[in-house]
Amino acid sequence: MMALQELRIPGVSFIAVAPEVILSAGGLVLLVTGSFLKGRATVLFMSLLTLTGAAVAAVLSAGRDFTAFSGAVVLDDFAVFVKLILLAVAAISILVSGQLLDDERAPAPEFLGLVMFATAGMMLMASASDLMLLFLALETFSLALYVLVAFRRGRADSQEGALKYFLMGSFSSAFFLYGIALVYGATGTTRLEGIRAYAREIPVLGQGLLAAGLALLLVGLAFKVAAVPFHMWTPDAYQGAPSPVAGFMAAGSKAAGFAALIRVLFSVFPSLVWDWRPVIVILSVISMVVGSVVAIVQTNVKRMLAYSAIAHSGFLLVGVASANSRGVSGALFYLGAYAVTVLGAFAVVYGVGRPGEPFVHIQNYRGLGKTRPFLAWTLVLFLASLAGIPPTAGFFAKFEVLSAAVSAGLTGLAVVAVVASAAAVFFYFRIIWLMFFEEPEGWAEGAEQPATALPLGLAVILTAVAVAFLGIVPGIVLDLASSSLPGLP
Amino acid sequence: MTIPVLSIVLFLPLAGALLVSLVPKDYVKLMRLVALASSIVAFGASLWMLFLFNSADGGFQLVEKVEWISRYRASYHLGVDGISLWLVLLTTFLVPLCIAASWRVDKKVKALNVILLLMETSILGVFLSLDLLLFYIFWEGMLIPMYFLIGVWGYERRVYAALKFFLYTLFGSLLMLVGVAALYFLGGRTFDLAELSRSGLGPSAQLWLFGAFFASFAIKVPIFPFHTWLPDAHTEAPTAGSVLLAGVLLKMGGYGFLRLSIPLFPDATVKFAPWLAILGVIGIVYGGIVSIVQSDVKRLVAYSSVSHLGFVVLGIAALNTAATTGSVLQMVSHGLSTGLLFLLIGMLYQRAHTRKIADLSGVGGVMPVFGGMFLIAVLSSLGLPGLNGFVGEFLILNGTFPVMRALTIIATLGVVLAAIYLLWMYERVFTGPVKIPHAERKSVWRDVSPGELAVIVPVIAMMLWIGLYPKPFLDRIEPSVERVLSNLNRPVASR
Repeated sequence: MMALQELRIPGVSFIAVAPEVILSAGGLVLLVTGSFLKGRATVLFMSLLTLTGAAVAAVLSAGRDFTAFSGAVVLDDFAVFVKLILLAVAAISILVSGQLLDDERAPAPEFLGLVMFATAGMMLMASASDLMLLFLALETFSLALYVLVAFRRGRADSQEGALKYFLMGSFSSAFFLYGIALVYGATGTTRLEGIRAYAREIPVLGQGLLAAGLALLLVGLAFKVAAVPFHMWTPDAYQGAPSPVAGFMAAGSKAAGFAALIRVLFSVFPSLVWDWRPVIVILSVISMVVGSVVAIVQTNVKRMLAYSAIAHSGFLLVGVASANSRGVSGALFYLGAYAVTVLGAFAVVYGVGRPGEPFVHIQNYRGLGKTRPFLAWTLVLFLASLAGIPPTAGFFAKFEVLSAAVSAGLTGLAVVAVVASAAAVFFYFRIIWLMFFEEPEGWAEGAEQPATALPLGLAVILTAVAVAFLGIVPGIVLDLASSSLPGLP
Repeated sequence: MTIPVLSIVLFLPLAGALLVSLVPKDYVKLMRLVALASSIVAFGASLWMLFLFNSADGGFQLVEKVEWISRYRASYHLGVDGISLWLVLLTTFLVPLCIAASWRVDKKVKALNVILLLMETSILGVFLSLDLLLFYIFWEGMLIPMYFLIGVWGYERRVYAALKFFLYTLFGSLLMLVGVAALYFLGGRTFDLAELSRSGLGPSAQLWLFGAFFASFAIKVPIFPFHTWLPDAHTEAPTAGSVLLAGVLLKMGGYGFLRLSIPLFPDATVKFAPWLAILGVIGIVYGGIVSIVQSDVKRLVAYSSVSHLGFVVLGIAALNTAATTGSVLQMVSHGLSTGLLFLLIGMLYQRAHTRKIADLSGVGGVMPVFGGMFLIAVLSSLGLPGLNGFVGEFLILNGTFPVMRALTIIATLGVVLAAIYLLWMYERVFTGPVKIPHAERKSVWRDVSPGELAVIVPVIAMMLWIGLYPKPFLDRIEPSVERVLSNLNRPVASR
């Protein structure tokens, strides 16, 4: 009889998860002490302080690779880059949410706690190097997001959006989990290292189990980043969620989802490029086309931004499909550029619609240039960036993935992307048109205009500055992105 | 350390725009003053640039190069040569006039002045960039301000015109973007124009890329049949917008051919040149004929631009020093004369509130000085010797005659047509019995004010200078044109 193996407890290096630990601990402290804290400002300040702490921890660990939990978590430069994007996303979202909580007279600690837990989950996505951990991270941030989407629980659209998101999200989680099971069945491990070693040794054609597992993993991640045909939840969830939450979802889950997608595809299945590239190309093309075309007929600004988010997933997939270092670093840059742009756009949408956001129809934007010039002019900047017009962040993001596609020989894909972005210009500029070339009417004239309050205004200014900065001197962030690539072929 | 003159010229308007945006909203007059002052300072800086410019050198001068995006090998690379020199000066010269001409506009004064100054920086950037990516960004950056300028401050059909302008230009720009990305990879992964032109592209790559850039430039010039956005945009734009459009924006197209197409795609340019010349001549004749039948003064001048820019295209297509030098001068001349015409039409509209030729008659009798000024502008536009329009057109025709005789003879028709449509319009509007709307209001129909004179006289002075003594201009243009054309080994076959 074999002697029972000695139970070995692997040494734990908490450095690798320091940002997540700081964030989760901060969130817990906030939940516990929240009821004693007087004043919303204190709570906001505390949460921003926690985010700063996590950011410092992430920056300090840059340049070296830390692993923990016997390799299930790895904190490399790639993870640090994505984590910094996510922390910035959370910080901006919290600033805008401060306004939301004021307007709704809602308890701050719970809301902010959920934002921070969601962020911690998203951050873990970027450094998970074990499929099980990836699944846990995915569930962590998804659960928090389901609740955040249903934040206005008294309203039908909020409930509908949250329920759809939850049901579809559960399906995708199941797919993802089943994918993990298949991969495990094929390779005997869930650790990315192990799967990679297996895939390298054994030619994959003929590995039906592994290929099916990879396909199901792709479905789960494509759902999270809202790529067509796994996008159905997006418009309803964005419409139902309060705008600050919608911005957080758009920027955050996209960054987290793509980080995981890139890590899985490139560090595990680099040898399978020829197998997964056609799939990614197809996802990319239909996301760009469906997103851009369907956005044209939207009359609700939040739904329009949701379809634009779908189209942007398509553009990001162009970078992934290029399967070269330029494409991946371009996608990383794209994530940052898109995050600041879409956060700014949703902040403005909230500023226009608040309180309660009854005014999200595009006709409510008529004459906004006259009635709310600050919000209108900054929205011009964000829409130009979404459309990819220089000198804004969106231009370089698009240019980077386009040129990656051209250099990878995917000229056809690049042409589709250019045509799709030309179509997209139409609906972005229709809003600009309404804001400046049409006279205000209806509510805009008579109704009392709520002044843009400080935290919201600050969030808009910060994102606007970031969009302009990335559009004029993108070099710094581009270099950071390209120096933080995981081991690519 | 040398002083970065070109950066100063380039960014003074931007700094002015920031200053204007900081003025509190009740100080409307201060906004106008700040805008005017900063544009005049920018003009002063460009004169300083002219002073430092060495006329004997055809290459790029006052070059500034700073690394910008190192991984693209894109740099902040500015330089000026004899071709861009005058277009820069034309821009800095016209923008203060535009700001002064918008003095009476009371709608969103701050935004108007900010947009005019932003446009100036963006246009100057196009003329000064020696880096393709930088060039493209300035090129595109102009799109949104112009869209607003037409759409917000324009006349009745402004929204339609703004959209049309936007769609045409965007279409061209996106094609150019694909060209820029492709050129980057084919040309050795750099955006530096000098390096790109040494990269020696294959003939078929040149043809494709020439086509991609041609779309953008042809729309901007505009070359027939890509011109249909122009009459709407020029007519519906406010005076300042029309002056900027006709004065400098159109020149970006011709400049693009000279700065990018010829050096980067020499073989394709030689191959396309005859077609370019034919399109140019069609534009000359077509623009002239359509101008004759216009019933709106502003639309007439807008169509005349199609005709005048046809000469520029013809001159560039000849690919010889005389004609191309003429084209560059014609670009400057057209900016002055058409710019002045739009300024004057703006003043006329302020008084008459109509631009219909049929509603106006005998204006010269009511406002003799204004009539005289208008006549000078008309004569300059139709190419009377002694005024600026003549020199450029003469040089172009002179240079094209040896290489394409038949086309040159047809093009000469354009000069005749110009005389017909311009003088006929002048006759109907300014002479004859007085028939003007609300003629009884003498205070409205007073002759040019000192403020208006301050806008008109500098332009007329420049016209006379170019018309009577163009040597300082030509001396600086010619070496650079020779340098650009030296890339082409073969002359265009005689037709």
